[in-house]
Amino acid sequence: MQETYAIIWFGLLGVLLIGYTILDGFDFGVGILHPLAKSDRDRRVLMNSIGPLWDGNEVWLVTFGGALFAAFPDAYATVFSAFYVPFMLLLVALIFRAVSLEFRSKMKFGRWRGIWDWGFFGSSLLAAFLLGAAGGRTMLGIRLDNAMRAEVGLMDWLHPIPLLVGAMTVALFAMHGAIFLLLKTDGELRETVRGWAKTAFACFAALYVVVTIIVVVMAPRATAIFDMHPAFWIVPALNLLAVANIPRALHNGSPHYAFFSSSCTIAALAFLFATAMFPNLVVSTTNPAWSITLFNGCSSEKTLKLMLIIACIGMPFVLAYTATVYWVFRGRVQLDEASY
Amino acid sequence: MSVEILSRLQFAGTVMFHYLFPPLTIGLGLIMVLLEFQWLRTRDMAWNRAARFWTRIFALNFALGVATGIVMEFEFGTNWAAYSRFVGDVFGSALAAEGIFAFFLESGFLAVLVFGWDRVGPKMHFFSSLMVWFGGMFSAVWIVVANSWQQTPAGYHIVQQNVHGKITHRAEITDFWAMVLNPSSVDRLSHVLIGSMILGAFFVMSICAFYILRNRHLDFAKRCFPIALVVGAIFSLMALVSGHSNAQMVAANQPAKLAAFEGHFRTGPAALTLFGWPDGESETIHAGVELPGMLSWLIHADTKADVTGLDAFPEDERPPLWLSFQAYHLMVALGIFFIALTLGALPLLKGGRLYRMRPLLWVFVFAVLGPIVANQAGWVAAEVGRQPWVVYPSEQDGVSMMGLRTTDGLSESVEAGHVLWSIVMFGAIYLLLFAVWVFVLNEKIRHGPASEAPPEKTPGGDGFLAVSGAHVEPGGALLIDRESDA
Repeated sequence: MQETYAIIWFGLLGVLLIGYTILDGFDFGVGILHPLAKSDRDRRVLMNSIGPLWDGNEVWLVTFGGALFAAFPDAYATVFSAFYVPFMLLLVALIFRAVSLEFRSKMKFGRWRGIWDWGFFGSSLLAAFLLGAAGGRTMLGIRLDNAMRAEVGLMDWLHPIPLLVGAMTVALFAMHGAIFLLLKTDGELRETVRGWAKTAFACFAALYVVVTIIVVVMAPRATAIFDMHPAFWIVPALNLLAVANIPRALHNGSPHYAFFSSSCTIAALAFLFATAMFPNLVVSTTNPAWSITLFNGCSSEKTLKLMLIIACIGMPFVLAYTATVYWVFRGRVQLDEASY
Repeated sequence: MSVEILSRLQFAGTVMFHYLFPPLTIGLGLIMVLLEFQWLRTRDMAWNRAARFWTRIFALNFALGVATGIVMEFEFGTNWAAYSRFVGDVFGSALAAEGIFAFFLESGFLAVLVFGWDRVGPKMHFFSSLMVWFGGMFSAVWIVVANSWQQTPAGYHIVQQNVHGKITHRAEITDFWAMVLNPSSVDRLSHVLIGSMILGAFFVMSICAFYILRNRHLDFAKRCFPIALVVGAIFSLMALVSGHSNAQMVAANQPAKLAAFEGHFRTGPAALTLFGWPDGESETIHAGVELPGMLSWLIHADTKADVTGLDAFPEDERPPLWLSFQAYHLMVALGIFFIALTLGALPLLKGGRLYRMRPLLWVFVFAVLGPIVANQAGWVAAEVGRQPWVVYPSEQDGVSMMGLRTTDGLSESVEAGHVLWSIVMFGAIYLLLFAVWVFVLNEKIRHGPASEAPPEKTPGGDGFLAVSGAHVEPGGALLIDRESDA
């Protein structure tokens, strides 16, 4: 039973990760695109497009972290301590993103806003890159010893896979954010945003091809699942379809469809990441037997079951609030008294 | 410096900075709910304007609370990996519950609270503020439960694991409700919540007193002040009751901690030291003022009863004496001050006498520092007083369970240099944040709540959110002054 629960929790972590990357992905994307908006009004529209949403979106990361801690304490402890420096930088980025949004519009003078504009852009860019790079490094594995300890140095990060996955994540989120903005803006700004979306798509598509090739060449283990279970080919196939749909939907002027497609792309990439890892959580490059897996790194059966009950009670509420908030704030951004 | 000292400094610094915000959020939440309730009941727009003002300040605090809170969740893994492995199984379900039940509730409804004034009806808005307040309290529930479990563990057992030939131990849950309702949860949680409400009340009174002194926003100030004063008085009294209950609970479950709080060296009948300078070397309290037999009486209702002293514990199981003692005494002294101040001021409300007593109003302006310090000091006492244990050893059904020393909870693979670098980084960022927070808060207070006119028609919301002069035309279309484009 413990193994079944462990697999369920692996799946739920995947759901949380997908939820987080889709939702906070467009927040980061909006931040990355922020300096491209020239006038103060446009910048405020951009910030306010995610104004009521980013905070709830970040909670998905908090919950992902909490669930990882609870379900797989060894994986949490090992990865977080091994990725000390990048995770500290990620925290800084998240702090800056929050306060840039909160503080920017509180004062009128230009330099004040200029500082927080850079804070918003820089933190979104850094967070997107670090999330991607951490994913890439995790997929590649770390030098884990027999006591679940690992040291990851600068050289481990300066490897093509973490760097390229990081860059691809930036492009992916920028594209996703631009498509999100198509739903939230109108007039002249919307036409500008359409241009961003197309450019970001081109960047993402190019990096996606490069990353795919390099992962197949340098990390063959990541694709081993397709040899074992050919049925899994459906995911990259669907992913390709979703990616191809994005420019078509943009061209046809159906941003909702484009947003759905870019969300599917993110979900498929997260899914491929999960299949590349399964059943490992932390791969040891020193000795595969020392890897932390779902089964040797999980919490007790009782805890996994308890958490599942908590999740089953809580998730309907979470989905209800999320849906309510998105419904209340549907439609184009309107700046009002309470705006940033 | 060692990784241990640095990691402890880092955790203490980041958690104390974070803790400036959550209690204020919870406390202000109550005031906001009360004001919105008044608005809903009377439909008087003055209540609405008051609620909007506090909502904006609330949102500012909330953002900082979220931004600084996520740091702790990461630090468990980054700096305290061994601790995370040990407690993950138990601590995890509380943390998961916190995320699912509290954070989503808070952040979801916060959006409606802050941005939804014109998008939802008054009832839905009131409901949202209630949910945000509940969300804040729920998150306190789960994090205090997790912390309390470490102080007085229950509902678990220790399991030995063999990881590739290396023996490790971890705590595993056996009884969820025994874990949640461990011996200290209820006492500690109620004290934390009460402390938060006191802070919220004093915060509101401070700003209102300032307005009255400056003869500005008088209607607003005189609406909010009495509500806050009543809340402050009620919760200050409750803090006394809850504090007493906490002391008895600590005496029963963590006698070494109580002995350090009270500077009680030798087991036997105990005096209550009002203040002093404890010296662990000579086992005396310098310049102390004591009430003989009082501590025995408070704990056992008998002035002759024995109270366990520090001598009952080996040296390496005693908490740091001076800091535990002073932090605890500071908290208690401030608690007494809150009672005296609020109860003293209550009768003066009649006929508005209080509003003419300028020195007393100035006391209220600065008294907000009291609850901030008391909340921090309380946690310093609680966390320093439980050392050297991060998880207390305990006895479950007659079987003794190992504890975890703080020093054994560190990450195995983190270098001192990295920790030092991150402390410097957080130090710089938090200093900047603090300065900006004070600056923006000050601006908001300077601008004050919206004036008499309905807020929709006030250009730029009284300039207060500095919405670059956005204003709504009668038709509802929104115009932005181009001159503010930067």
